[in-house]
Amino acid sequence: MTAKMNNSGSEQIQRRLELSSSRLSRLERMMEIRLVEDRIQDLFARGLISGTTHTSQGQEAVSVGLGVATRPTDVVCCTYRGHGVALALGIKPEAVLGEVLGRQIGCMGGLGGSMHLSDPDVGLLPTFAIVGAGTPVAVGAALTFATTQSDGVAVSVFGDGATNIGGFHEGLNLAAVWNLPAIFICENNLYGEYSPIASTTAVTDIATRALSYGMNAEVVDGQDLDAVEATIARAVARARKGDGPTLIEAKTYRYVGHSRSDKATYRPEGELEAWLARDPITLFGAKLAENGELNGQTVDEIFERQRGLINAAEEVVLASPPGSIPQMFAHVLAPATH
Amino acid sequence: MAVILESIVKYVANVEVSRTESRLGRYQEGSPMIEGEQVTPMRMRMNQAITRAISDEMELDPRVVVFGEDIAVAEGPFKTSEGLLAKFGPLRVRDTPISETGFLGAAVGAAMTGLRPVAEIMFIEFVGVAFDQVVTEAALMHYLSAGRFNVPMVVRASVGSGLGFGCQHSQTLERWMLGTPGLKLAVASGARTAYGLTRAAIRDNNPVVILEPRSLYGERENVEVGEQSIIELGTAETLQSGGDVTVVTLGQTVHVGLEAAASSSWSADVMDLRSLMPWDKEAVIQSVRRTGHLVIVEENQYTGGWGTEIAAHVMSKTFSDLKAPILRITAPDVPVPYGLELEQRFLPSATYVSEQVSALLSTKQAPAPWWEEYL
Repeated sequence: MTAKMNNSGSEQIQRRLELSSSRLSRLERMMEIRLVEDRIQDLFARGLISGTTHTSQGQEAVSVGLGVATRPTDVVCCTYRGHGVALALGIKPEAVLGEVLGRQIGCMGGLGGSMHLSDPDVGLLPTFAIVGAGTPVAVGAALTFATTQSDGVAVSVFGDGATNIGGFHEGLNLAAVWNLPAIFICENNLYGEYSPIASTTAVTDIATRALSYGMNAEVVDGQDLDAVEATIARAVARARKGDGPTLIEAKTYRYVGHSRSDKATYRPEGELEAWLARDPITLFGAKLAENGELNGQTVDEIFERQRGLINAAEEVVLASPPGSIPQMFAHVLAPATH
Repeated sequence: MAVILESIVKYVANVEVSRTESRLGRYQEGSPMIEGEQVTPMRMRMNQAITRAISDEMELDPRVVVFGEDIAVAEGPFKTSEGLLAKFGPLRVRDTPISETGFLGAAVGAAMTGLRPVAEIMFIEFVGVAFDQVVTEAALMHYLSAGRFNVPMVVRASVGSGLGFGCQHSQTLERWMLGTPGLKLAVASGARTAYGLTRAAIRDNNPVVILEPRSLYGERENVEVGEQSIIELGTAETLQSGGDVTVVTLGQTVHVGLEAAASSSWSADVMDLRSLMPWDKEAVIQSVRRTGHLVIVEENQYTGGWGTEIAAHVMSKTFSDLKAPILRITAPDVPVPYGLELEQRFLPSATYVSEQVSALLSTKQAPAPWWEEYL
């Protein structure tokens, strides 16, 4: 990747690598994502944030599975529902919360906001606020890896709603005809904004769209972290070997509305409850407990410790100053290279 | 004479019969579009005025159809189509996938073959995804058919900063479309103008883009509902008269200009330009001839902003009447910042406009913008 933005880069890379070495850290990271998302909603409710936000409670296993199966040197293009992916890839809670609050400690210094998180140290391009925009960009990153004959992979993460836009189809076709090391991960959470998928999408399984492009495809239970990780890892292995792109459809669910103002009244009765019964954190926590992988702690104890860390992060963020006026002018154009 | 398909003639004739039977119908009973008594003028929010304008035109003309992302069942992300699906049914009120190229292209085709589509773009930036359909297809079909096809479609889009949506959801982007022959472009500044411009746009035989400042959707104004309130595209409105300076405003800056004028020692003609293509050259020129000063207040960035067109034209027509340089008050040439304090700084404020105009009038020189020191 490009030059480090600041000297905390190694810490973020460390947070990423922890996920590969420790299954417990994967549980903790999913909890961290849940807590940060809940906290962001809480900060909005307390009037500390204006604008909008798109949170991802319920989809943590996809984000963390991606973080485990890829390297910090790979590239990820994600959508505006990107807090979970940013945290999973290693960006610190202070940097995510700080950005959402428009503070200097934010990963973009408070200039980007909730929809625009980024950190080149862990391979996250600025998250895209235009539906479908990130998919062809990921193809471009994969083109760089193919051109330089590196074994990097580029990942595009998007929702089911994004698979009806031209950029998705053009991006997949290009990746397939150029046989690029690209992975397209669709978080199919059943709703494109306020619309149930069946009302906007002509196929039930998004994965079938890969057939049109002669591309590998897999469907995975997005609430099962191990399954998600294994599926992404297979796609990554194919891509690194030069065997081309894969479309992965993770069947998942967002517990909250599309954005802050959406109360999700369009859900059929009982749907949310059915998905809550298959909560990715609960499922993975139970698995680790059963296998004796919790180091003698209970899931609740681990969750409470994470909550303490997020409380501390919030305090740090609230003490950070807002973005400064000179910063507004600082990065409009790139300086010449000497 | 534009092509009219036989199927459209039959469709209109059939709807005509059923419409006379159900005229007004359930519309006045508990419709969220009308609050309280059926009196005019009514106090309504801008999003309600837009809904009402669309509804009024849909009642009068069965060829008017609406579509966009989450506008039917969910009644619009900004509630600009509340009650339309219930009233007009799924044939005329449709949700689309997130597919701007698809549904704006469909609007072009539907318009060319007899319907009068009103398409909603949730945030103006999303029109970028489908820009071809707006500026290269819709705008040129009449010309390319030597006048045999019309494209009577409306693209409505929310615009503007101030709500903390970040730089990909906070621009006004008039300049993307400005100067495209074949396209009309208007900007609402509140419930009253939104109502009048929307109805005019739907009746227009050309593709019309209407920009709606997002921060004003919830603001209430008195709106006189009915034909008399339709605003002819291309006409400006003088909201207050004064002798010292002409202040031309648009969209969100209408309120900035009015507030500045109200709290300043100078007296101004404050004009809401309302339309950019065409724009009311005569009204602005007449005012400037009288005041000798022109100030243009724009939400967009300085370079290439819509005011450049106004300034250049007015100067070429009124050079000898001008007592000072034309002053454009704009945002700086940077993306819209996210943090609240920075975003508020980005937009010209009433205080800033008041100071800049005072400086212009006292020195007869265009004062430097606040952001010059940072460039």
